[in-house]
Amino acid sequence: MNAPASIPTTAAAKLPAIREQFPTLAQTVHGKPLVYLDNAATTQKPWCVINAIAAYYEHDNSNVHRGVHALSQRATAACEAVRDKVRAFVNAAEPAEILFTSGTTEAINLVASSYGANAVGSGDEIVISTLEHHSNIVPWQLLCERSGAILRVIPISDDGDLDLDAYRGLLNKRTRLVAVGHVCNALGTVNPIHEIIDLAHGNGTPVLVDGAQAIPHMPVDVQALDCDFYAFSGHKVYGPTGIGVLYGKRRLLDAMPPYQGGGDMISSVRFEGTTYNELPYKFEAGTPNIAGAVGLGTAVDFLQTHLPEFIPLEAALMEYAESALAAVDGVTIVGAPQQRVGALSFLIDNVHPHDIGTVVDLQGIAIRAGHHCAQPLMERLGLASTARVSFGIYNTTADIDRLTAAIPEVVRIFG
Amino acid sequence: MLDLAELYQEVILDHNKSPRNFGPMTPPPTHQAEGYNPLCGDRFTVYVRLNDDVIEEIRFEGHGCAISKASASMMTEALQGMGREQAEAMFAEIHDMLTGKRKLDALDTDKLDKLVVLSGVCEFPVRVKCATLAWHAVHSAINTQGPVTTE
Ligand SMILES: Cc1ncc(COP(=O)(O)O)c(C=O)c1O
Repeated sequence: MNAPASIPTTAAAKLPAIREQFPTLAQTVHGKPLVYLDNAATTQKPWCVINAIAAYYEHDNSNVHRGVHALSQRATAACEAVRDKVRAFVNAAEPAEILFTSGTTEAINLVASSYGANAVGSGDEIVISTLEHHSNIVPWQLLCERSGAILRVIPISDDGDLDLDAYRGLLNKRTRLVAVGHVCNALGTVNPIHEIIDLAHGNGTPVLVDGAQAIPHMPVDVQALDCDFYAFSGHKVYGPTGIGVLYGKRRLLDAMPPYQGGGDMISSVRFEGTTYNELPYKFEAGTPNIAGAVGLGTAVDFLQTHLPEFIPLEAALMEYAESALAAVDGVTIVGAPQQRVGALSFLIDNVHPHDIGTVVDLQGIAIRAGHHCAQPLMERLGLASTARVSFGIYNTTADIDRLTAAIPEVVRIFG
Repeated sequence: MLDLAELYQEVILDHNKSPRNFGPMTPPPTHQAEGYNPLCGDRFTVYVRLNDDVIEEIRFEGHGCAISKASASMMTEALQGMGREQAEAMFAEIHDMLTGKRKLDALDTDKLDKLVVLSGVCEFPVRVKCATLAWHAVHSAINTQGPVTTE
């Protein structure tokens, strides 16, 4: 293990001011100041996001695209402004390629359902990987059940990296879609996403990227990646729950049938037949999560402001956590991927992760214990579950110190 | 205030470290069922050999947290030699204790005996399913043969 990295000092000096923006952080849990290390599950919300949502309900609340009145126009404008903000955030070519969904899960289901309906048939193949979250597995299994397509899985090394040679071998003329995560939520593995996309495109196959765990930690440029779909959740980037984004290339979205039917997604409805609205509304049936979109817009601003300083800070924090945890007697870090961001899984000899979670919770420390919705990965690693820490913009080395200080107690109780 | 020592009592830690009646059963069981907690992936199989409606032998294997393992281990000790109906009554009693439905003073603590050390679990709602896992499995084993989950 490397010696703990030096923490970038100017960025670190701003942490107290950043932490002050998150009201949930300023509390005690079981009598101890809260240490929140479960950001891969969801992040805390800054005042600016909370206030933006409250202000929307206080001043502008109404339905979108339906009213000629002032409030409806304001709400519509707010939603569309966020769409364009998100477009710029991921560098999509046009706002119509940004679809609002309820989250990553719905975004992936939308593609499985709509793209799958036309483009995937019996004997076709979908490629996913061993590192996937259940939400990037089950929609494809359902599609395979419906269509008779076959699911192919990219294997991983013991370190937790994708086996690219095996991936090359999986691509063939029946491969209709590659759906892979950008960053693994259980191990923090950063996948070589450029290479994965290039190889798929070399085979004429489009790629969906599950970006739920990448977006909070790195700039993403969908045009530079040339990915065909990119999905992420608002609540993992300091925004509210219930709002997420699917980016899709216009060419593909145009060719896809609607996902759900209802209001807003039509241009005219007659019993003899209905014509669908244009992008992006074709994929946004019903009243959208307007307040969620407003909150997401504020969260994107917040993230973009702080990301440049957060990236080096987080890299140092990860290195610090890796060496600090590895130095504790009885602790093993799970996997050793070539590049890791955001999340770190660990085990303690003879102690079940659930018990670790409960003991440190009573010290006010929130970590995740379980299979992280990645049961096939756990099975591949020969584990039932792990303990996981995952970082947000407000975490400090002191948070890690609190965790490592709590572990000897865990070992003492169960060892 | 929640107290770790209430949850992880010495007896529980001891059963976690050295589970009793752990491992496969020979001769083979007449009844068995799996208990699975999809939330955390904990999984136990409980084996029972019923003879004339009496639990002649009971064992378990699998993996889980300290609470689920200790609860399973203590369960095998408690149910050994019991009639099916007695075992079912015990299951009901334990279930009420673990879920906090009945406080200790409303329970037959003589009958529960050592199992009362598990009563602290009801203060930790997310851990209740751990403690009931093996009990659901045994309940299922002696009634049906299918797998059970605590979900
Ligand atoms: C890699 C990954 N994909 C998808 C999801 C699902 O996100 P959501 O529950 O917000 O739809 C998660 C969330 O845990 C995740 O980590």
